[in-house]
Amino acid sequence: MKAILIKGGRVIDPKTEVDDILDILITGNKISKIDKEIRKNDAQKINAKGKIVCPGFIDLHCHLRDPGRPDEETIESGSESAIAGGFTTICCMPNTEPAIDNEGIVNYIYKEAARANLCRVFPIGAITKNREGKEITEFGELVNAGVRGFSDDGDVVADGNVFRHALEYSKTFDVPIFEHPIDKYLAQDGLMNEGFVSTRLGMTGSPVIAEEVIVARDLLLAKFTGARLHLCHISTKGAVELIREAKKKGVKVTCETCPHYFFFNDEVLESFGTSYKVNPPIRSEQDRQAIIKGLRDNTIDCIATDHAPHCQAEKELEFANAPFGMIGFETALSLIIKELVNKEKFDWIKILEKLTVNPAKILKEKLGVIKQGAVADLTIFDPKKKWKFTSNTIKSKSKNTPFLNKELIGKTIGVIVDGEIKYYTED
Amino acid sequence: MNPKKDLLGIEKLTGKEINQYLSLANRFVKVLERPIPIVPSLRGKTILTLFFEPSTRTQISFSVAAKRLSADIINFSRATSSVSKGETLLDTAKNIEAMKVDGVIVRHSASGAAKFLADQLDAFIINAGDGSHEHPTQALLDLMTMRQNFDNFKNLKVLIIGDIAHSRVARSNIFGLKTLGAQVAICAPPTMIPLGIDKLGVDVFYNLDDVIGDFDVVMALRIQIERQGAGLFPSIREYRTLYGLTNERVHKMKPKSIIMHPGPTNRGVEIDPDVADSDKSVILDQVKNGVAVRMAILFIHAGGRIE
Repeated sequence: MKAILIKGGRVIDPKTEVDDILDILITGNKISKIDKEIRKNDAQKINAKGKIVCPGFIDLHCHLRDPGRPDEETIESGSESAIAGGFTTICCMPNTEPAIDNEGIVNYIYKEAARANLCRVFPIGAITKNREGKEITEFGELVNAGVRGFSDDGDVVADGNVFRHALEYSKTFDVPIFEHPIDKYLAQDGLMNEGFVSTRLGMTGSPVIAEEVIVARDLLLAKFTGARLHLCHISTKGAVELIREAKKKGVKVTCETCPHYFFFNDEVLESFGTSYKVNPPIRSEQDRQAIIKGLRDNTIDCIATDHAPHCQAEKELEFANAPFGMIGFETALSLIIKELVNKEKFDWIKILEKLTVNPAKILKEKLGVIKQGAVADLTIFDPKKKWKFTSNTIKSKSKNTPFLNKELIGKTIGVIVDGEIKYYTED
Repeated sequence: MNPKKDLLGIEKLTGKEINQYLSLANRFVKVLERPIPIVPSLRGKTILTLFFEPSTRTQISFSVAAKRLSADIINFSRATSSVSKGETLLDTAKNIEAMKVDGVIVRHSASGAAKFLADQLDAFIINAGDGSHEHPTQALLDLMTMRQNFDNFKNLKVLIIGDIAHSRVARSNIFGLKTLGAQVAICAPPTMIPLGIDKLGVDVFYNLDDVIGDFDVVMALRIQIERQGAGLFPSIREYRTLYGLTNERVHKMKPKSIIMHPGPTNRGVEIDPDVADSDKSVILDQVKNGVAVRMAILFIHAGGRIE
């Protein structure tokens, strides 16, 4: 296989704290050399001048709807969407039909991912059989088959005793338990964040305490069991504060937020636009600010997309009847650049560690780093490029995004997975 | 007046716009007092009422208003949301568009449903109640009724009692009254008071007996009996004991104060029968004004001309 030489890019690697103009040579599936001015005539060259070269993004949280809803997304279309957004590794949640709760489904996902041959797809197994919240699944069999964590995402594990047992049982395999922290009783049939905006709009609210009650419960259980807890899509100020305190006390907890929780506040719901309907809901400005603070002080470890495709017909309903979720792979980088880099002045190392080395650590994968001998999973992007996100250019099968026909800033130019170029667009 | 295409809510209206509806409605009150209370203003216009929630009085009120203006009115109602029948609101909208009606009066159980139609259709949309969001025509008729009884809104003190969290009537009235400069308070069990309502400049009370004597207008909302199961209040009996408009409470009210209710009333629950029928009650004036207000609204949005 021909070597690949990435020339003249600004290489940023959070793990080794490199931020410099460097060339990278890839031989086979590994990074073989990183230096100023590498020359190799027979290599395929990628001109990365003016671009940022970093470890491939790792998304801990997405929905690929496969098996079950191939009209909304498949593992192949989801992978295509992921690499277009710069993701080289994605973890798909088990709320499929049927759920990822047995070896057969895990094998199916690996088979489909191999057939797509684009990014790495790691399944997350269901915590409970058929995600019913009652009996835990066969963690041993599922881990052997290749799941990288467990979650009943989409639903909380409402029964504290079941969740305790899941945490305890996971210790044998040292895999994280991903919680969807929303108390279903407190959230009721809430459509948006409960607060001043929901009061004005007359919409049923899902209160911040629905999230915080479960975060608090789970932190106590994580401390009690000593197991690894990962809290999904954190969206409230109170949740960030609880996690911050727990981390100080040494609880083995990690967490993620999603771009829409630091990009929007609940005033966008005034449009009644169903593309803003997500779970947990887009919160108040105060919560949004707290999420940014949590990212800044590293209380929040990762930025995940919660990519959630839905077919157009289902989203084109009255707000109350539309499903929760927005697609996220292809817009995540732009939102990060616009809000966190350009506006909030985050430095690149801090941002990129939440997309690379931190999620890699949670998955216990030797990914997310640029160094000699490391696996060559790389993303090249232009942080200044302006482009329009249109129905024709979206790679996902679903178009449920509030950014349709909007101009975005920052775009993936090239993606290398396991030493192979999987995505490349000339300007 | 150059109106917006639709009337979706009171929140975005200016005081001037509200007063324009009310002034025209007052003129239509006079029309309604004529021996033949019909004007030809909207002859040739076709208006559709599209009700996805059961409602007799609002739909009839609109029908009467449209007929008084000589418009053609078509009534459609289905007691369930369209989704359960397999046709979406979007499909319904597209069908209406194809039939070229001039205006659609819509009631739906989902907040934002009227806006959804307004975004899709060239026809003007009048919101006849969307979920717990707004009920602008009800608020306008309520404001009209208040103005008939009091000189102005500036010093008017209005108390709304009941399930504010789930009431589109309360929301629209609060928006309108605040815009016109009235003082608004609400009184309900804390379970029925939505978060952040005080940011609208509304005073919040839990004990009706302490405050009922301070207000010019006391409006009781219809209590939705099915909400008892949702845990918002323990029993109808206790609700009546704490928040029902009983004769005893009415005696504490100011001399010239009035009692309002958007109807239909649960007699003996939020309002006692003799209170509803008493001198202080303006409930039937509200109904009467409803026709005039809806005539004004249809006239303005259908682009009617005075002939």
